[in-house]
Amino acid sequence: MVQITIDGKKIDVPEGITILEAARRNGIYIPTLCFHPRLTYFGGCRLCIVEVKGFLRPVTACTTTVNKDMEVNTSTAELEELRKLILELILSDHPHDCMLCEKAGACTLQELAYTYGVDGFQFAGERRRYSKRDGNPFIERDLEKCILCGRCVKVCREIQGVEAIDFGYRGFKAKICTNFEEDLDCEFCGQCVQVCPTGALTGKLWARKGRQMSLREVETVCPYCGTGCNITVHVNRNEIAKVTAREDSWNEGWLCVKGRFGYRFANSPERLTVPLIRKVPRGEGAPEKVEDLFREATWEEALDLVASRLLEIKEAHGPDSIAGLSSARCTNEENYLFQKFIRAVVGTNNVDHCARL
Amino acid sequence: MKKKLDQILKKYHKRNENIIFLLQEVQESFGYIPREAIDYFARKLQIAPSKFYGVATFYAQFRLTPMGKNNITVCCGTACHVRGAERIISGLRRELGLDGENDTTEDGEFTLEEVACLGTCSFAPVVLVNGDVRGRANADRLVKEIRKMKKK
Amino acid sequence: MENNVVIRVCMGPAGIAAGGRDVLERFREALASAGLDASVKEHCSSHQVGCLGLCARDVLVEVHTDGQKHTYQYVKPDMVERIVTEHIAGGKPVSEWLVDDSFDAFYEKQVKVVLSHCGVLDPEDIDDYIASGGYEAIGRILKKCLPEMVIDEIKASGLRGRGGAGFPTGLKWELAREAAGDRKYMICNADEGDPGAFMDRAVIEGNPHAVIEGMMIGAFSIGASKGYVYIRAEYPLAVERLKLAIAQARKKGLLGKAILGTKFSFDIEIKLGAGAFVCGEETALIASIEGERGMPRSKPPFPVNRGLWQCPTVINNVETLANIPYIMRKGASWFASYGTEKSRGTKVFALTGKIRNTGLIEVPMGITLREILYDIGGGTESGKEIKAVQTGGPSGGCIPASMFDLHVDYESLAKVGSIVGSGGMIVLDEDDCMVNMARYFIQFTQAESCGKCVPCRVGTKRVLEILDRITQGRGRPDDIAKLERLCKGIKSTSLCGLGQTAPNPVLSTLKYFREEYEAHIIDKKCPARVCKALLTYWILEETCTGCGACRRACPAEAISGEKKKPHRIDPEKCIRCGMCYEVCKFSSVERE
Repeated sequence: MVQITIDGKKIDVPEGITILEAARRNGIYIPTLCFHPRLTYFGGCRLCIVEVKGFLRPVTACTTTVNKDMEVNTSTAELEELRKLILELILSDHPHDCMLCEKAGACTLQELAYTYGVDGFQFAGERRRYSKRDGNPFIERDLEKCILCGRCVKVCREIQGVEAIDFGYRGFKAKICTNFEEDLDCEFCGQCVQVCPTGALTGKLWARKGRQMSLREVETVCPYCGTGCNITVHVNRNEIAKVTAREDSWNEGWLCVKGRFGYRFANSPERLTVPLIRKVPRGEGAPEKVEDLFREATWEEALDLVASRLLEIKEAHGPDSIAGLSSARCTNEENYLFQKFIRAVVGTNNVDHCARL
Repeated sequence: MKKKLDQILKKYHKRNENIIFLLQEVQESFGYIPREAIDYFARKLQIAPSKFYGVATFYAQFRLTPMGKNNITVCCGTACHVRGAERIISGLRRELGLDGENDTTEDGEFTLEEVACLGTCSFAPVVLVNGDVRGRANADRLVKEIRKMKKK
Repeated sequence: MENNVVIRVCMGPAGIAAGGRDVLERFREALASAGLDASVKEHCSSHQVGCLGLCARDVLVEVHTDGQKHTYQYVKPDMVERIVTEHIAGGKPVSEWLVDDSFDAFYEKQVKVVLSHCGVLDPEDIDDYIASGGYEAIGRILKKCLPEMVIDEIKASGLRGRGGAGFPTGLKWELAREAAGDRKYMICNADEGDPGAFMDRAVIEGNPHAVIEGMMIGAFSIGASKGYVYIRAEYPLAVERLKLAIAQARKKGLLGKAILGTKFSFDIEIKLGAGAFVCGEETALIASIEGERGMPRSKPPFPVNRGLWQCPTVINNVETLANIPYIMRKGASWFASYGTEKSRGTKVFALTGKIRNTGLIEVPMGITLREILYDIGGGTESGKEIKAVQTGGPSGGCIPASMFDLHVDYESLAKVGSIVGSGGMIVLDEDDCMVNMARYFIQFTQAESCGKCVPCRVGTKRVLEILDRITQGRGRPDDIAKLERLCKGIKSTSLCGLGQTAPNPVLSTLKYFREEYEAHIIDKKCPARVCKALLTYWILEETCTGCGACRRACPAEAISGEKKKPHRIDPEKCIRCGMCYEVCKFSSVERE
């Protein structure tokens, strides 16, 4: 541990951490755009500049590690003026269409613009113009809103290991590019969407489905696989508008394409809501309409039918003629109960699970 | 092309080089960086193609489109600028049908480049047509010359 | 007597352009037919650099007879015969063709350390360098010295980085030596990109072995066994010379394993730049050697602790390294005897612009600008007053004539808002517009910004846009305030040296030539008559002969008039290209 002083407050922090980490651990706010706690540092947005005694010019808190007896000032009139200028510059090259932007209300850039009272017209000038032309069904890339913080590039490389995108060109023309600027062709995990601090990357599925303020957030577990990622389901009028994951969950905010974008089944009219019992015996050919093949039943009736059929089979052919295959979408406890049932009640070891495949 | 790329790859492994070296060698061999070359090396070296693209677009040395058969270079140094290099460029672009940021015609016949001072300011504006100097150039004369070249 | 005659014909690029080859050929013929025995050397034939100062007066010919040297200027082939008969055979120099006093003045105040062997040694021959005392220092160091002793010597010499920022070289080496790590690297930064600076090219083309020896000494001091020279691909001759020099050094056992029978192993690899000015910045240079986009990384950590592939790395500029062998040969106190207390030694500058003697000069630190401009540079060619001098290229600033007694050293130049930088010195007179000058440099840095950080990527773009509109007559009253706010912000918040220094040309011209900005913005006038959108052209009826030359030259068909009657310019149509002004033989076209 070393002792440092931030804004006149003496604090003890572990050696080797950055000024930004030290500040955040002690509840001191420093604005950032390009910093992300789970990604390597970048130092491009320059918003986290702080004054350190002994340094001629401000340094970025996200890249500078603490030293013994370091004296840091996170907010002076001069620093705030510089931050304001940086925001003015970012916004001078940004579409002023917050009223239409999917990210409005949940946008770090918008929030900072509001806090610093910056409209971005002070240095109005040329703006980057790109046409949106991504053919993929999941991720909307609006590169005019990109502030080149590099989070998407890094998450794709450091977390997902895909490297579908990288920085291209340079200077004012710098741009996040796929190979030869083709349509995105990747796993569509959407990790980049999750970390984007502006409206540059959004989910196509959740366009116009409701602003953050009108969404109800429901914490739950991803229904897909045994990994059991924690997800936050954003619900608008009893319909899922989008799925995100929280960084403080054990999956650290990361999801796969299914968990993030594969939620539309929940509101599908074809979803089964009651048990169905087959009307036509097997081997007699299926009628054209589903209604002619199945009939709706109550849970009591359905379970009784299953129980009696299992008993019949067991008695006629022995327990080893039965096998149980459970789902990765069940919880551990459910799967435990299932194997217990197959082994102890049915009396066979023929039990398996789809996640083992 | 495959053969050449193989040779470059061998050189790369032997000298323990980086991808800038690869791209420099490719450009040296083909005059530009063909897409196939990036795909080839990305596959062979297990390096993401987006990274090659990022490097290729960062450095001014690399071009991603082939040069035209005829190369017209307009000097944009101070002296030429003053004497109407811009007019020549806009005239030539119109004649060649170049739009946006394209510098080469679709049929691959002409490439129009702009360069910093060629150091022959006394003949400004200066245009190089396939390496030959056209001093005190004007758009009309050049357009005529281009039309002649097109006929051939 | 004839045996002692040596004739050197300057064959630098300018020498060749002025007909150097013909002159050389004539000398050979004339000497042969006169039956004289003299060796004719192609002075500078392989070292363009040595003659840069002289090139304005090419073809220059040096005639050495019995230890006496006479230099002829503007030599043409038909002058050769007379020089041979009167001077070489007759012993009487042709006095009217000899260089005048101002020629000697060009050299008088110069002190050549780095350039001392440029233009004298054959850069393609390692033996020439060795004969001049080359590789003696590294030989002695390897046998007798500890790395710490070398570092102490360099520290005592007071040498500071010649690439721009002026960081003490000895201290840099010490930090790298003390940094933890088994693998360390020595890098020579030869990515000289400032428009108007070419001393690094000159040193490598003229004396590549000095750079190699400097790198060896540095590598030995910090404990590196691998070195890189990062050099621009745009310098093909320098690259060739360097490759050859490295090959020769390897052959002599000066590079490679167990050098000179000691435990020290070191080898050098050349890395070619791919066209990005920002790669002159050391962390971007490292990224580029690693094969990445040349985007700078945040400092700290500094390269001396975590550089190339995260290993301790020293990056020194070409000129810095070329000083090292001379310091180790002649001693720290010799080197420290030149210069000022904080800026020791000499510095090479590239003197260009509105100056009589353009070229490369090497002067002791602390010399005044006035001495450089008037004693060495010889003032302007036109006789007009020098208005300002721009030092440090796109990272530097303009220094007005009122400050020409300023001593040229790191601190003094920084104090007035400029920098020593890589050593470009562009001389400006009353015909140069300071706003346009600032615009030119910002345009350069803006195009070379890597785009990583906001202030440089967007900020320099906005500065350029404002300067664009000022020079086009669309400046707004609050533009000066905006420029100042932007520039100060970019300076203090940019990630790397490129952005941090990019506003210097604007800030310094705003400071010293504010009235020129105001003239552009408020009066819509360009006092230097450079910004063409602010000019108006008209024809003086009294002197116009109606010859029609201007009418024919006008690309916008803005000039009309009957033959032999005064013409007039339609200001609506005029595009202010200045063609009429150029072609008029009667000075009848006026502009303001």
